[in-house]
Amino acid sequence: MTNEAYLPITPEATGWKLPSSRKVAVVCLILTETGLFSIFVAGYVFYLGKSLTGPTPRDVLDLPILSTICLLSSSVTITLAERAFNRDRVGRFKIFWLATIVLAGIFLASTAAEWRRLIYQKGLTISTNLFGTTFYSLVGLHASHVIVGMCLLMLVFIFSLGGFVTIMHRERLKMISWYWHFVDAVWIVVFTVVYVAGR
Amino acid sequence: MRLHLYRHRKMVRALLLFAFVLTCVIVAGQVEPVLGSTDGVTSIFRPLSQPAQEIKETSYLVLAICAVIFVIVAGLLIYAMVRFRHRAGDEASEPPQVYGSNQIELAWTVLPILIVFVLILVTSRTIADIQNRKPPPGTVQATVVGHQWWWEIRYPELGIVTANELHVPASDGTRRLPTFLKLQSADVAHSFWVPQLAGKTDLIPNRENLMWIEPTQPGTYLGNCAEYCGMQHARMLIRVIVQSPAEFERWIAEQKRAAAEEPSAQAGRQVFFANSCVNCHTIRGTSAQGAFGPDLTHLMSRETLASGAAPNTTETLRAWVRDPQKLKVGCLMPNMQLSDTEVDQIVSYLQTLK
Amino acid sequence: MATQEIALAEVRQPTTSLIDRLHSLVVTVDHKKLGLMYIGTAIGFLVVAGLMALGLRLQLAVPNNTFLEPDVFNRFFTMHGTSMVFLVGMALVSGFGNYLVPLMIGTRDMAFPRLNAFGYWMYLFGGLLLYFSYLGAPGLAGHGSAPDVGWFAYAPLTGAAFSRGHSTDYWILSLLLTSIGSTVSAINVIATAVSLRCKGMTLMRMPLLVWLMIVVNFMILLALPALSAAQIMLLIDRYLGGHFFDTQAGGSAVIWQHFFWIFGHPEVYILIIPAFACVSEIVPVFSRKPIFGYPVMVGATVMIGLISTSVWAHHMFSVGMTSVSNIFFAISTFTVAVPTGIKIFNWLGTMYGGKIRFDLPMLFCIAFLFQFLIAGLTGMMLGVAPLNWQLTDSYFVVAHFHYTLVGGFLCGMFAGFYYWYPKAVGRLLDRRLGLWHFWLFVIGFHVTFDTMHFPGLLGMPRRIFTYDAGRGWDTLNFVTSIGGLLQAVGILCFVINIIRSAKKGKLAGNDPWDAWTLEWTTSSPPAEYNFATEPVVRSRRPLWDLKHPEDPDWKYE
Repeated sequence: MTNEAYLPITPEATGWKLPSSRKVAVVCLILTETGLFSIFVAGYVFYLGKSLTGPTPRDVLDLPILSTICLLSSSVTITLAERAFNRDRVGRFKIFWLATIVLAGIFLASTAAEWRRLIYQKGLTISTNLFGTTFYSLVGLHASHVIVGMCLLMLVFIFSLGGFVTIMHRERLKMISWYWHFVDAVWIVVFTVVYVAGR
Repeated sequence: MRLHLYRHRKMVRALLLFAFVLTCVIVAGQVEPVLGSTDGVTSIFRPLSQPAQEIKETSYLVLAICAVIFVIVAGLLIYAMVRFRHRAGDEASEPPQVYGSNQIELAWTVLPILIVFVLILVTSRTIADIQNRKPPPGTVQATVVGHQWWWEIRYPELGIVTANELHVPASDGTRRLPTFLKLQSADVAHSFWVPQLAGKTDLIPNRENLMWIEPTQPGTYLGNCAEYCGMQHARMLIRVIVQSPAEFERWIAEQKRAAAEEPSAQAGRQVFFANSCVNCHTIRGTSAQGAFGPDLTHLMSRETLASGAAPNTTETLRAWVRDPQKLKVGCLMPNMQLSDTEVDQIVSYLQTLK
Repeated sequence: MATQEIALAEVRQPTTSLIDRLHSLVVTVDHKKLGLMYIGTAIGFLVVAGLMALGLRLQLAVPNNTFLEPDVFNRFFTMHGTSMVFLVGMALVSGFGNYLVPLMIGTRDMAFPRLNAFGYWMYLFGGLLLYFSYLGAPGLAGHGSAPDVGWFAYAPLTGAAFSRGHSTDYWILSLLLTSIGSTVSAINVIATAVSLRCKGMTLMRMPLLVWLMIVVNFMILLALPALSAAQIMLLIDRYLGGHFFDTQAGGSAVIWQHFFWIFGHPEVYILIIPAFACVSEIVPVFSRKPIFGYPVMVGATVMIGLISTSVWAHHMFSVGMTSVSNIFFAISTFTVAVPTGIKIFNWLGTMYGGKIRFDLPMLFCIAFLFQFLIAGLTGMMLGVAPLNWQLTDSYFVVAHFHYTLVGGFLCGMFAGFYYWYPKAVGRLLDRRLGLWHFWLFVIGFHVTFDTMHFPGLLGMPRRIFTYDAGRGWDTLNFVTSIGGLLQAVGILCFVINIIRSAKKGKLAGNDPWDAWTLEWTTSSPPAEYNFATEPVVRSRRPLWDLKHPEDPDWKYE
């Protein structure tokens, strides 16, 4: 199998550095997920004020302060966890990583409690009116991404307990944290559109 | 199977050329109806109304531009293929390796941009002209409601409701009588397209669209529903009947009358009212006030049944009443399992609804 | 023909059993095998959907025909459209991308080989699920079979009230699955092209095909979510009582159209740009000149990708948007024609001054150029909104998009097929059978699709299962249908050629076409590892540099 394109060392052959394929892949994933969320946000904004009946955002929505603080803090803790890992402080890494998972768990629990209140006390379901449909779809889509993220985080935590997470996995941890930051950024948008601008 | 095409290449070329010319002639023969005036043919190039006329004029300009572009670019392609083909025995050298030319790139970027600019101007003007018309006072206003698979036509100011045929007055030199239409839908998306009168506009549920026509020649203009709306989309034809102003007034007066009360069709009338026909159909002046199906008050004044699925004759009317699914399978009028006598009686009653 | 020696390529004789070979396909993560699997499966769906098209044409050949029942007809055109776009088109895009990109950039495999395999199997499963609807979809009271709502499935026809049974659900679910496959493939190709290029291959030294694949895959990442989002919304409507497209509850039918075409318009550019890519590789080799204006070609493609995201509502001119919206979308539609035209001129510039060889890849490219020119011009006509009001949803538009997809996309991919089959299989496709394929297909194509414009001009709407005589449509439809039969025979020749030449074709050697990009340095078929040592390149045409050491490209680029 001859390879006739081989040339002797030329200026091009030295110092050849390309971006990491993992980083490119995660950026692409984030791009496509942004597209997905954009359509749901567009739908939500389009249908604001168009419900024929039923509760309006102003009637039933309270600002989700606790869950927002928890989720945004989890971005901080995951960064701290990463930093600890890169400095080989595995104990600190595990603590902050666990903190991230716990904060995400509180976010989800808080969302669940809010939905319970909306459904049973305020009578707002996905089929009640246009607001119900678009609200549960958008917030639910985000929550599903938080759940996926949490599963990834828990997997890493379990592996780290067994000592299987080493310095070789540094970039993979970074990619998970990028996904997590993306999920938080989406929450900022959802929060602003649904709870601030849309009410 | 050896065909020796190369050996007989002159003959092969001649045959291909002949086939090509023959095809062109056949196709050109079919172009004639597009531009010609054969009856029943609804060519967009034979408009007999605004805004179809204005659309045609715009299209001629666009077609001319496209034809010129085609001739030039295709011509250059053919020239390049012929002039720069590899000739036998010329293996030795590669041609000059030209990588590009900024001047040429600029030229063939600027020229298309200019053409696009012209098109933008022409298109914008036509769009604004057609879409921004407002109804002058006293014009006929009709509402067309799309159903699966028929057209409900209402004239709210005149108190008339009919189905599948839209009657409008013709404009002439002295009086301009456009008709403005409101388009709504009772179920799924449809589209109102009568090519010789106007471009198409969709009928979309929970949305009201507006269009207008201004035909100049009396006659019957055929159109189709042009948005796929389910099984019988193909048989949702619309007829626009353009009448002189006097005839149009006469038609309105006829339509305004309530249903005839013919003693001869008493039996049929009873059968009609005893069955659930009245749940779907309205016959004005009676207790039949159903709104799901077409208004039957003046059924016999219409040319066709089932929005163009069949002509309006005794035969077809009988077949329709006996089993609508045979004429228009999937339509929303069920087979009412009537006996032959009942069918005859109902048909004789319906035939009094002139 | 190449004047090079034929390297010691071992053209593989099957020494393993059928079960072993099938097993190797099931477990493979090799981009070459997966690429060929994508392409092979796509051809299978092409034949099935093509037979459906023949059925449609037979039904429409004469007025008031009873060859197909209305519901069967409606399912056929829905399945034909959905299959051709997603199961043939997107699969060929993935297939060519996965096969060629690593070979052209001098690397061993894709960035994520296992993800590659996952994408293929998602695609296959989604495709099979779509066809399973014929069996699985009957729901309440026996309603439902294959989807019959059209390939763009407008609301509210797709709502639970109007689409009973599960046919629409099969449409949604199968496309969600194939979309996962396409998205995953897109991420993979981009990561590969960005991160795994061999030494010396800067972005502006990549083969144009790789550049165009990067643009295509970015478009996939941005456009496919719109469709998936809309489909998820439709599922919520159908199953959870949502009201996204429920007009009775104040929902909008038009917003489905917006979401769909935000996907749908970039989608058609996603389909055509790979055909551009094949043509951009083939025309230079058979004109014996480099592509004219490489940087401009890259820029024009990126512009097409960007502008195409802003034209979507030219599919909605008749929906009743304001004149301002209509004007905006007409402007954007004309604007996207400018970079597209530039590409055609650049291909012309490549041929000009060359020494053109009319081998089969080039024949298909020439057919592509003429046909895409015409398709682009009818597209411009349709961009004139008032003319669009007459011609949209008519057979004129059906003729236009078949011109772009069959005359453009399919002919471009055929060109790529004839060009790279020798590389993939090690044997050339038979030239005589290829000529039969070419002429039957191109003549049949023109008989069908040139003629098809005229019924549209005469008022024939699309998606009708029959029509009355006397509208002037009769002979035109008959002639259109005849052309379909010619094309079918042409495709038959093609399929026979693929199968026969695999065993009986002339041995190809490394570089049968005397080409210039890296894939032609490998054996035919390439070894599993592609390159024994990582190549180092100094220009866009590394093989030209090697064959012409006195006049290498890197002196001029």
